[in-house]
Amino acid sequence: MSELLQFTFSGLTVGAVYALVALGFTIIYNASGVVNFAQGEFVMLGGMITVFAHAAGAPLPAAAALAVVATAAVGILLNKLAIERARGASVVTLIIITIGASIFLRGAAQLGFDKQLHRFPSFSGDDPIAIGGATILPQSLWMLFGAAVVFAGLYLFFTRSLTGKAVLATANNKLAAQLVGIDTDFVMALSFGLSAAIGALAGILATPITLTSYDAGTALALKGFAAAMLGGMGNPFGALVGGLLVGLIEAMTAGYLSSDYKDAAAFVVILAVLFAMPQGLFGKSAQERV
Amino acid sequence: MKKSILLSLTAAAALAVGLAGPADAEIKIGSTLAVTGGASFLGDPEAKTLKMLVDQVNAAGGVNGEKLELVQYDDGGNPNKARTFATRLVEDDEVVAVIGGSTTGATMAMIPVFEEAKIPFISLAGAVVIIDPVKKWVFKTPHTDRMACGKIFEDIRKRGLSKVGLISGTGGFGKSMRQQCLDVAGSAGVEIVADETYGPDDADVTPQLTKIKNAPGVQAILNAGFGQGPAIVTRNVRQLGIALPLYQSHGVASKSFIELAGEAAEGVRLPASALLVADKLPDSDPQKEVVVGYKAAYEKATGQPVSTFGGHAYDAFQMLVAAMKKAGSAKPAAVRDAIEQTKGFMGTAGVVNMSATDHLGLDLTAFRMLEIRKGDWALVE
Repeated sequence: MSELLQFTFSGLTVGAVYALVALGFTIIYNASGVVNFAQGEFVMLGGMITVFAHAAGAPLPAAAALAVVATAAVGILLNKLAIERARGASVVTLIIITIGASIFLRGAAQLGFDKQLHRFPSFSGDDPIAIGGATILPQSLWMLFGAAVVFAGLYLFFTRSLTGKAVLATANNKLAAQLVGIDTDFVMALSFGLSAAIGALAGILATPITLTSYDAGTALALKGFAAAMLGGMGNPFGALVGGLLVGLIEAMTAGYLSSDYKDAAAFVVILAVLFAMPQGLFGKSAQERV
Repeated sequence: MKKSILLSLTAAAALAVGLAGPADAEIKIGSTLAVTGGASFLGDPEAKTLKMLVDQVNAAGGVNGEKLELVQYDDGGNPNKARTFATRLVEDDEVVAVIGGSTTGATMAMIPVFEEAKIPFISLAGAVVIIDPVKKWVFKTPHTDRMACGKIFEDIRKRGLSKVGLISGTGGFGKSMRQQCLDVAGSAGVEIVADETYGPDDADVTPQLTKIKNAPGVQAILNAGFGQGPAIVTRNVRQLGIALPLYQSHGVASKSFIELAGEAAEGVRLPASALLVADKLPDSDPQKEVVVGYKAAYEKATGQPVSTFGGHAYDAFQMLVAAMKKAGSAKPAAVRDAIEQTKGFMGTAGVVNMSATDHLGLDLTAFRMLEIRKGDWALVE
């Protein structure tokens, strides 16, 4: 029994990382239909900027705040300098631009920071919390808490706020959105800024557990993307559930079958789900309205 | 990087045409290392070490009256790139010897090129397959993963233990070391009672460790891997409150491991070269002078703490220069024969005695068993 509990805790820890990364994908996707492949680099920047600001003497909360603001600025710049200039380009072209941006950000981080692995202290120490013969780190709870808060924020943003609805309208039909008075350039800048800030937050919460380095973003983005696809791209609830589900499948496979099949099992489940439900578990099917 | 090399080559060529002097004959040494990418923690100190040593030798008048020139490429640990650079080193740069291959993958991809071109090649990568079976033109300086397994099992037996839970990374290093450890376990009198793996990007390995913890009779845990994995394994072992002795491989032998693993690293043991404990060696230790000298020079030149990986490049370079001096020429064939006759060479990895059947020349005594105490390395003896 304590085994099952330990595997669950492990799955929730890893799943929270995936969920946080997956949540970052939703805003840009909802605003433009673009899957932002530089999302992992936002996560990396969040971790790395915090590490270096903290090492330079800033207290951890200040370093984290700086990382969120700086990464959001990077996101807005990415939109201003690369996405906005490709006005009128197809979604596929924009996705390829984000791949280029991800390679650029990785290279810049390698030169600007360094190539070593880093971490900073956990928020509430490293003493594990024992529950029923299993243990979980306080930082895992911080990550789960962070994922829940981000999810709730996004849910309210998209369903309750006018700006959130403007974001959805922009994705649905950019021209029509402009005609009803929505500043679509502002919506795009906002969505990149917010996505980057969520990515940075994910990096800050996860780094004490996952560690970080200039190239940590690639693997995170891949798993986060898979989680977002499983849950349904663009749906914050789907991102949350998808992330936790992938983490739990991995942990259970590692625990009960063999750690060799861990990644394979997660992807087999994702493939099976997408085969039966191409929009993911909670995604809306795309409808062309006439 | 490539561009700047091209640029400097063009500049060098222009200079050579302009000066066209007879006396400036240079010995060209080639090198391709993983200066960037996932294995940059290997290639970066190696590249810096080579550059520092070439400058040192040239400042002292060169080898056999000729200056050395280092032609260096960055393969990022990618075997395809490494092979392309190997061909370029042979055909375009016409080097007399090559030091490099930070990773086993890159090294194995380059071996056929140098074997065919008959150029001596000293690898800085770990796996035993590089020199077993012996290849005529290929040598290496780091201890093998097989020796690391041997050294760890020896220490486990000394503590009166024998049942080991093995956990390894699925990267090249972890895979190879896992295989070697399984191979030598029997003859070392050790029984592997659990055999788990983790991926290079895994953030949590508590399920695997829970299984090891529950394996019947397990007395010690051995982790084969490098990168972030060992730090996460170490933290997870403490998280689960597992009190068994934990052994890591020589792949984590750098200060950053202690920083990343934090307090959880206390009591962890690993085999490593004497370089890490240079200051703590007794004055009577024959290796002390070499490791203290290299450590001081490297830290002065780069401002970064020394790592064992830079030491591998140091050993390779010093052996190569000694061989050139001994052969009295820089002809590849003569240099190769001289490297093979290396005897009693004291490097950062230990005493090297090469022979026609042993192109590594190290034995188990070259490894020191270290334990992490109060956030620093300590010798276990």
